[in-house]
Amino acid sequence: MAAEIRLSELAAGKAAVIRSFPKSGSGFLRLREMGLLPGTTVTLVRVAPLGDPIEIKLRGYLLTLRKSEAEHIGVEPAP
Amino acid sequence: MKSESTAPVFAIVGNPNCGKSTLFNALTGLKQKVGNYPGVTVEKKQGTAYSQHGLPLTVIDLPGAYSLAARSPDEAVTRDVLLGRRADTPTPDRIICLVDATNLERNLYLVHQVMDLGRPVILALNMMDLVEASGMTIRIGRLQTALGIPVIPCEAVNGKGLIELKLAMSRTDLPLPRHAWDVPGAIAAAVAELQASLALNDGKSPLSARAEALLLLTDQDSIRVAGSTPLSARTAEILATWKKRWEAEGMDWAGTLVNSRYEAIGRLAAEVVQPGAASGPTVSDRIDSVVTHPLWGWLVLGVVMTLIFVSIFTLAEYPMDWIGNGVSALAGWVKGALAPGDLRDLLTDGAIQGVGTIVTFLPQILILFFFIGLLENTGYMARAAFIMDRMMSRVGLNGRSFIPLLSSYACAIPGIMATRTIEDPKDRLTTILVAPLMSCSARLPVYLLMIAAMMPGNLVPLATKVGLMLFMYAIGTFGAFGFAWLFKRTLLKGAPPLMIMELPPYRLPGLKDVAMHMVQRAGLFLKRAGTVILGISIILWFLSTYPKSPATATQTQQVEHSFAGRAGHAIEPLIKPIGFDWRIGIGLISSFAAREVFVSSTAVVFSVENFDATNDHADIAPLRVALRHARWPDGRALFTPLVCLTLMIYYVFAMQCMSTIAVVRRETNSWRWPIFQTLYMTGAAWIFSFIIYQVGTAIGF
Ligand SMILES: Nc1nc2c(ncn2[C@@H]2O[C@H](COP(=O)(O)OP(=O)(O)OP(=O)(O)O)[C@@H](O)[C@H]2O)c(=O)[nH]1
Ligand SMILES: [Mg+2]
Repeated sequence: MAAEIRLSELAAGKAAVIRSFPKSGSGFLRLREMGLLPGTTVTLVRVAPLGDPIEIKLRGYLLTLRKSEAEHIGVEPAP
Repeated sequence: MKSESTAPVFAIVGNPNCGKSTLFNALTGLKQKVGNYPGVTVEKKQGTAYSQHGLPLTVIDLPGAYSLAARSPDEAVTRDVLLGRRADTPTPDRIICLVDATNLERNLYLVHQVMDLGRPVILALNMMDLVEASGMTIRIGRLQTALGIPVIPCEAVNGKGLIELKLAMSRTDLPLPRHAWDVPGAIAAAVAELQASLALNDGKSPLSARAEALLLLTDQDSIRVAGSTPLSARTAEILATWKKRWEAEGMDWAGTLVNSRYEAIGRLAAEVVQPGAASGPTVSDRIDSVVTHPLWGWLVLGVVMTLIFVSIFTLAEYPMDWIGNGVSALAGWVKGALAPGDLRDLLTDGAIQGVGTIVTFLPQILILFFFIGLLENTGYMARAAFIMDRMMSRVGLNGRSFIPLLSSYACAIPGIMATRTIEDPKDRLTTILVAPLMSCSARLPVYLLMIAAMMPGNLVPLATKVGLMLFMYAIGTFGAFGFAWLFKRTLLKGAPPLMIMELPPYRLPGLKDVAMHMVQRAGLFLKRAGTVILGISIILWFLSTYPKSPATATQTQQVEHSFAGRAGHAIEPLIKPIGFDWRIGIGLISSFAAREVFVSSTAVVFSVENFDATNDHADIAPLRVALRHARWPDGRALFTPLVCLTLMIYYVFAMQCMSTIAVVRRETNSWRWPIFQTLYMTGAAWIFSFIIYQVGTAIGF
């Protein structure tokens, strides 16, 4: 089993599975409601030109969020 | 009206950008704005569709929402209409859930919540063209059996599936959804208790009580937006008790609820969706790798902006001349047809001159709207927000605020409406306060007139004019960022906002949508010219004609002694330090209600000089020529390049738009903010103009 890293540390083009997710914080609840849950596979598509935010692909759509949020989300990179 | 009240009411509900307004337009024949980014619709809209039997059906288009637990004002509109909390809208008795079928799982989350409401639901699967193209298949029949409701595949843009949808809408026996989902055990007891209390103490019907109880557990603040009645003390107490208990146990109640819904959806999706073979990068991916590239991205942004302004200068020239000639011909004809006198002058110098000068700018404004329409319909708006987010975070906002700001290039009013998609109230207010600094289409005539007065004819290369125009837009934009930074640091301090936004796939813009939007905007523009601007022009003509001076007075003396002239003189001490005389003062005063009036009022004030009293058929000289001949009493030219530049700067910053003030008043629900906004903007306009003019004069311009 690969080690858990932060979503913000994932390399562009790499896929990973969400492992840990903060319980509180209204922004995180919305991310859950948009389908970002423990067990979901996400791919980091790219980082914005100025270094933030990041763009991820999940469940067939593209979502952007800032690194400051992605830092709190733990993922396990796909082999 | 009677048929209205008995017609069944359908609400179209779905995630942002799934095609609700497209479907609404197809059903009702109305023309709601459509665009390829989340958050186009921010207010409900009612229309009437006709069933296959010709019976009227009321249909409501709603803002997109990811969840009924609203996080922003636009989502709150949807939630409140669905729950019957809006007094001005009938509670929908049936619901059309529209989903983007390429992205079924996330879209079904909202559907799952809507099915709790206990009302008949029709599920419409939109974007089936894209589903097919991706090689994915959806087993419609299975979905239908699993949910127990009609499931209708459709393509709203192509009008496919509409007949089937209307047939379903005409059914009198629409079934209730079969909801094979139990509230997770850990929170079931709490939901039951809240449901009972909501029914007993808050007067909710048993079915909606369950939905509201579930909502209370994920809604951020149970007090919520204005207009909704607060919870009864008993229900609030139950909620608080449960939350305290769960917190002590370390239980994540909201997360449990969301996870449980997604589990149910996941099982369903596994059964009905067969994913297509994974393919290489799509067209959308390829476009994105250029548009959001660290280098090419900025280049694309720059090229797009330049292209817009080059077209405004070059393409508009001919139609502008035609309109201008038409207006002159009309004025000439009226002059020939009527006997000399006040009535004739009122028509030619007041009405035709005033409205005509503004209407000549219609081609430019249409070109601007065409490009903005392209940006909105291709999917570029969301990318602009993506690449600008970092910059926006420096001023304390986020990339989502950039979309309302971009819309404000067309007009601040839709821009301010679009701030409803911003979650944080302070961020939203900041964005509202700075949105009118983005140069809107009403400033375009003023800029164009000043550039024309400043740089005669073909002597100056096009690049200089385009550059100056871009410069004005840049000043407005950076001004907006600067003031946002200031407000977020002082008046409206708050936590840094989150940036959570969906990026839609690129689409070929529907030329019909873009054209429709242009026609609508042209209609609004002409309507404004025919009402507000006509009215102001006529009033201005009276004010500049009366009281009458002795017959020996020259035209300039006449204007000078009129009411308008006196008002201009009265403010001259205030504006002389920024290089303006009393005649420009008349323009400033009269454009307080609408910026473009400046052009027509200068037409009324300055062109009088070109009429030779002895020659009734004197042509109306182009306004820019008249401006170049305007002089101070001591013979210095009035519209020097420096004054033209100062005037443009003034118009970049000054708040001169009644409609914007009215919308800000409505959206902020107080007079405080529109008054503050008017003062700070106009103050800034004066200060910046003063600096430019004084520095410019000192260094010899
Ligand atoms: N390919 C395809 N595109 C569609 C279809 N229906 C709508 N669209 C496009 O989807 C985009 C969004 O359409 P809208 O009708 O504005 O979506 P909306 O749901 O009202 O969006 P919001 O008001 O922002 O919530 C537009 O670019 C439409 O042209 C469809 O069936 N197929
Ligand atoms: Mg819409």
